[in-house]
Amino acid sequence: MAKVTLKGLSHSYLKTQSSDADWAIRGVDIDWNDGGAYALLGPSGCGKTTLLNIISGLITPTKGDILFDDKVISGLNPVERNIAQIFQFPVIYDTMTVYDNLAFPLRNRKIPEEEIKVKVHEIAEMLELSSTLNNRASGLTADGKQKISLGRGLVRSDVNAIMFDEPLTVIDPHLKWILRSKLKELHQKINRTMIYVTHDQTEALTFADQVVVMHEGQIVQTGTPVDLFEKPKHTFVGYFIGSPGMNVLPCQIKGNDVIVNGKKIETHQQIKKSNFNKTEVGVRPEFISFSNEGIPVKILSVSNTGRHKIVDTKSETGKIKIIAKSNEDIPAGSAFLKFKKEYTYTYGDSWIIE
Amino acid sequence: MNKTINQKAWFFVIPVFVLVAFNAIIPLMTVVNYAFQETFGNNVFMWEGTRWFKQIMLSERFHASLGRQFLFTFIILFIQIPLGIAIALTMPKEGIGVPVCLVLMSMPLLIPWNVVGAMWNIFALPDIGFLGHSLNALGFDYNFTQQIGDAWFTTILMDVWHWTSLVVLLSYAGLRSIQPAYYQAAEIDGASRWAIFTKIELPKMKKVLTIAILLRFMDSFMIYTEPFVLTGGGPGNATAFLSIDLVKMALGQFDLGPAAAMSLIYFFIVLLVCWVFYTLMMRNEEKS
Repeated sequence: MAKVTLKGLSHSYLKTQSSDADWAIRGVDIDWNDGGAYALLGPSGCGKTTLLNIISGLITPTKGDILFDDKVISGLNPVERNIAQIFQFPVIYDTMTVYDNLAFPLRNRKIPEEEIKVKVHEIAEMLELSSTLNNRASGLTADGKQKISLGRGLVRSDVNAIMFDEPLTVIDPHLKWILRSKLKELHQKINRTMIYVTHDQTEALTFADQVVVMHEGQIVQTGTPVDLFEKPKHTFVGYFIGSPGMNVLPCQIKGNDVIVNGKKIETHQQIKKSNFNKTEVGVRPEFISFSNEGIPVKILSVSNTGRHKIVDTKSETGKIKIIAKSNEDIPAGSAFLKFKKEYTYTYGDSWIIE
Repeated sequence: MNKTINQKAWFFVIPVFVLVAFNAIIPLMTVVNYAFQETFGNNVFMWEGTRWFKQIMLSERFHASLGRQFLFTFIILFIQIPLGIAIALTMPKEGIGVPVCLVLMSMPLLIPWNVVGAMWNIFALPDIGFLGHSLNALGFDYNFTQQIGDAWFTTILMDVWHWTSLVVLLSYAGLRSIQPAYYQAAEIDGASRWAIFTKIELPKMKKVLTIAILLRFMDSFMIYTEPFVLTGGGPGNATAFLSIDLVKMALGQFDLGPAAAMSLIYFFIVLLVCWVFYTLMMRNEEKS
């Protein structure tokens, strides 16, 4: 078990770097407490797998340091770092039984066979694999195999951190729920640092206490699921998290006033500076309501998802989505929108203006 | 479920049937024809029943060449399969080295078989050949045309040179198809290099290796051209493998009946070994 710290971490797969785009990740600083459950969330290609492989030691970063419990471990190999990693596709040793698969990491570390037996049975019990221990691992279903991969990480009681690289990709949807809650439950039981990489917001938000959102190799926000939802620090977080994502509209800042479509609107922050190339206002569809005055829009379409209605509207400067209660009456033709002040933010060059 | 019965569908099978008939069944039937009869030419045949089969099965000459054949095939498989895997493991995985190695490896496979035989014949000549002359210069008494051991050594070396590449290419393809995650997981699990080889690489290469062994078994069991050009089956009958012996019998002595019977027995041995081997290798696959 360990506290994981990343300091000024940058990595490039190229030998020379000329622009920001040449870096897979750049300037990443993270502090993860011992025993926490963390998620790295971002779209494909944002650098999250690179970051994970750097932590586990499969990739050596171009710049920066990795610390476990405040000790620099950048030069150590994966075995010395003593971490466990679960990959996107279940990795099992085909020719071995389930038992041998689980015992493999322990046997490699020359642990006495009696001790291995106790440990393997304990983990098998936890993962509900006990009945299949003597079967060949290759005969199991995808979720069974993924449980074995997970089990191989869990049998070592002294691992510093367990890392998951989109572990539910190949699992059937109905089993995803079961495995995900199993992971959560395991985390509470064994209390080890767990780092979970995914592009699926539901997975990240349900698994982790703290979610790190990555975008183009950078961390754009770290926070609890509620933080990410209620106060996105970057427009990317706004539309990547939430379904549908945040509405982002161009705006003008005049003095302390924020103007959208010619109308002054109230936002959460006090605007102090305004020297940005691009200024925008962001508000989630959940925090918009129909009103008698405000931003004028044309209603384009209404779709009912069962739990609520999603209304597509068009304003002068862009489309706006609204989430309305399923029993709410939607005005036809044109309407006026009002944004909830506490959840409306102004962004300068995509970053929130504090 | 009700199947639609439509006998007209048989017409679609005709082209395949005709093709197979011309390239396999009809030639094979002429052999079968000879195997049960005696002929003195002029299209006169006499029924002999199973006489030729009994004769071949009891003939010491056949036993000897069959034994030589199995020994040869066993030796070359024993060398080529491990050697091929070893070379594939050391081949580069990326960069300019990959195409260079692949092309170099394919070279021996592209040379016509009788050219291989002729090449090695000249290469191994004790007086003027590079190999033969060098060995003698180093103090070895080497002469593949007169000494049985040297003839075997040269034939085996030639086959290893000619065909190991096939095993290399197949193994390399098998190795390249292993997902990097397996190596990463093994690294994290603390597996030794040997454990990675036996627990990941070998099991993942199982299918291509099965194909490699089957191909090498069949080809080496039917080998003819190269030893024929290299040693002509000699010295004496020392390197007269089944095919060489068969041709001697059929075309040298014109014993068409026994030769036909021998061909059929030969054919069934190849079929049987392949079937047994394949069934054994794939038995576990179906279970899982």
